[in-house]
Amino acid sequence: MRSVIDIKDLSTKELEEIIAVAEDIIENPDKYAHKCDGKKLATLFFEPSTRTRLSFEAAMYELGGHVLSMSDAGSSSAAKGESVADTAKTVSCYADIIAMRHPKEGAPLVAAMNASVPVINAGDGGHNHPTQTLADLLTIHREKGRFDNLTVGLCGDLKFGRTVHSLINALTRYTNIKFVLISPEELKVPSYVKNEIKECGHSYVQTKDLSEFMPELDILYMTRVQRERFFNEEDYLRLKDSYILTPEKLATAKSDLSIMHPLPRVNEISVAVDDDPRACYFKQVLNGKYMRMSLILKLLEVL
Amino acid sequence: MNIDSIKNGIVIDHIEAGKGMEIYNLLRLDLLDCSVAIIKNATSSKMGRKDIIKIDAKIDIDMDILGYVAPTATVDIIVDGSLCEKKKMSLPEKLTNVIFCKNPRCITTTEQELPNIFNLTNREKREYRCAYCETRASEQ
Repeated sequence: MRSVIDIKDLSTKELEEIIAVAEDIIENPDKYAHKCDGKKLATLFFEPSTRTRLSFEAAMYELGGHVLSMSDAGSSSAAKGESVADTAKTVSCYADIIAMRHPKEGAPLVAAMNASVPVINAGDGGHNHPTQTLADLLTIHREKGRFDNLTVGLCGDLKFGRTVHSLINALTRYTNIKFVLISPEELKVPSYVKNEIKECGHSYVQTKDLSEFMPELDILYMTRVQRERFFNEEDYLRLKDSYILTPEKLATAKSDLSIMHPLPRVNEISVAVDDDPRACYFKQVLNGKYMRMSLILKLLEVL
Repeated sequence: MNIDSIKNGIVIDHIEAGKGMEIYNLLRLDLLDCSVAIIKNATSSKMGRKDIIKIDAKIDIDMDILGYVAPTATVDIIVDGSLCEKKKMSLPEKLTNVIFCKNPRCITTTEQELPNIFNLTNREKREYRCAYCETRASEQ
């Protein structure tokens, strides 16, 4: 029985296996339509999230399984003071697998330590969100056909942005990645993430200017400055409009650039960019569902 | 200054000068019934000054706490008046309820019955991170 709490819980070989299965699901959906017949996924969401919960639920339905859903922490036993450990033990009695989102960092790990079924971390505060990284990896794989020799621009909130840290961790496993880290001074990548890049033999540059390295980029990963990560409303308001991607800013970009975003966006990608063939963020959403299907299959050991 | 040598017990030697009382408290030696001596600022050829704790009974010492707080320390086990075993400290891989996570976003701040677990993530830098939220101990 295995859980996935952090993208580091999956080896490079396992990531590639999950991608291969996801690609096969895309090609042959009928083959997988009954793989999870009779199985139940519990989605325990202690923090509002529409897309991740719906993605997990759609994934389970497409595998032929059922879903038990808890999406409003206010109406759950958590509101009565039940611990994460007790919730995990209880839900293990009903479901075959759990997907959990929680505002507190480490809560899904506590669930995994106590559950008797696999737990998938569907986001714990600003800490980890491994299935978003799986969606990102499948998108890169489908758009670029490789994970090596890429110049990857990451833009926006690189300090609190959990998707950025996990994606960097996943990509540093490959060779010759150049990271272009684009953020305001206050939202720069933490030093331990930069050390990880260096220790794995990759390079990075830091800039405050979104346009400076645009012509070099193979991938541009935009992120939102998230209100919920700030304790101070003033700081949030000052930084939220730091970077806005527009068709004009893309004028110098490569013709095969892939523009990614974990979504939801607020205004950091202008709607006018949506029609650009380089925009991949809605494909990324779909890829997320396929990777969640593939991960569920792996953890339930039904392949 | 003379302190009687012990017959059956433990000597925690080579403690960095000034840390003796902290270790006494952390190891909860105040709860023991036997004689316990803390020698502060003893002369040491290796360390200049050091603290020493002598415990006149064979007790189980929490080596994780000692290894974390006093990595230079040695633990001498004395049996029938002679040195039976000498243990050197090393940084423990895992600390449970020795240091506490101060990250306000960590699950341990709301669920206080959870053990505070820190894992050693970089031995050279003596870096520990919270097992739940991965916040570095020294960042707190």
